[in-house]
Amino acid sequence: MSLFDRLGGAPAITAAAELFYRQVLADPLLAPYFDDVDMDRQVAKQAAFLTMALGGTDRYTGRDLRTAHAGLAGLTDEHVDRVIGHLAQTLRELGVAEGDIAAAGAVADSARDDVLNR
Amino acid sequence: MLLTFDGDGYELRTGESVLECLSRHGVELLSLCRAGTCHSCLLRAECGDPGEAGRGGLKPTLRASGYFLACLARPVTDLTVGAPASDIITPATLVRSERRAPHVLVIWLRPLRPVGFRAGQHVTLSRDGVTRPYSIANLPTEVARDGLEFHVRVYPGGAMSGWLADTAPGARLGLGVPAGECFYLPGRPAAPLLLAGTGTGIAPLAAIARDALAAGHRGPVTVLQGAAEPGGLYPAEGPLRSRVPGGDPARIRWRTCVLSRGQDIAEEVGLELARLGDPAIVRAYLCGGAGSVARMRRALFMAGMSLQSIQADAFVPAVVAG
Repeated sequence: MSLFDRLGGAPAITAAAELFYRQVLADPLLAPYFDDVDMDRQVAKQAAFLTMALGGTDRYTGRDLRTAHAGLAGLTDEHVDRVIGHLAQTLRELGVAEGDIAAAGAVADSARDDVLNR
Repeated sequence: MLLTFDGDGYELRTGESVLECLSRHGVELLSLCRAGTCHSCLLRAECGDPGEAGRGGLKPTLRASGYFLACLARPVTDLTVGAPASDIITPATLVRSERRAPHVLVIWLRPLRPVGFRAGQHVTLSRDGVTRPYSIANLPTEVARDGLEFHVRVYPGGAMSGWLADTAPGARLGLGVPAGECFYLPGRPAAPLLLAGTGTGIAPLAAIARDALAAGHRGPVTVLQGAAEPGGLYPAEGPLRSRVPGGDPARIRWRTCVLSRGQDIAEEVGLELARLGDPAIVRAYLCGGAGSVARMRRALFMAGMSLQSIQADAFVPAVVAG
């Protein structure tokens, strides 16, 4: 059973995506990238990202992430590190065990090169 | 079973999702996660039941309007989805108009056929090839007596608003199909309601507030009317209070916010939210200029509200004038 299923599937992920998105928006390094986006659509993308990181799907591929981030100037490893940090913090607040958090972080990290377009 | 999509029929197998069925027939539908979380494959059922699984995690207003997720929905009956509603036009007659402020015209239209809608939804008005969206400003129960009420921001030379301002009762217009997710749903009668808008966005908000009270809503109701300048605060509070059906008009807290006085509506809406206690139980409704709506939504979200509890309708002015 994936962590996605253990956390409660799609309904639980929608709530988790809001927690995660709020942390990202509160981060001054990351917030400017979200200034002109539709929040309902963006939180849905955050949910898709969490679903991937938690093993709920293998369909959200790196190519989607590559395309989605291609137009964003100035993205560096630090941005990716911060996002993975917020992911860990979100899961911690939801009571997820550290081993599972590390596993989710590793899946997210596997998209690093796609996000940074290299 | 038969799945009808965009006018074409497809054979739907037992246990198959709508997305799988369309994909099997070579119909490409945008989908990212295929697990019900990203909502990129959102569709609307016109006829038939997509099943409960396809509605999991959707906003209550989306569910009430027949929306579902193609990746999760595994229908057990025939299903028709998403025919474009833009073709259905109801003729209507202008019965009355009244200047409520130099820049705001209130009009009443009588549709030739009954028009089903929820207070707070919008509809397109069309005449001579010009089409513009406007929010309905009264309640479904009032249409038989008064007609449909609209508060129209008058732009000098505006193709629709300027024409309406110069047109006598009796003129014919076309009405599109009511749409929009910014409306009241019964179910949490004690929840505080926070309604904030700019310009004529206050009109659908006042209708939503009255609709909620008519439905027996018991929680506190706060309305925040915003404008760029004091003159932009057209009379909306009095008409709302005088038309609260069977309720105590004093239960509505009415605040104003004027940009030229140094007030920022995103900040003010945050202050009003803070007065209401736990943000997780508040329901918010936002209407008006797209920029204001976006900033208010972000402020409410960052203050702890779920996006699921924020219904918004952003007005975008027509690009082509004249």
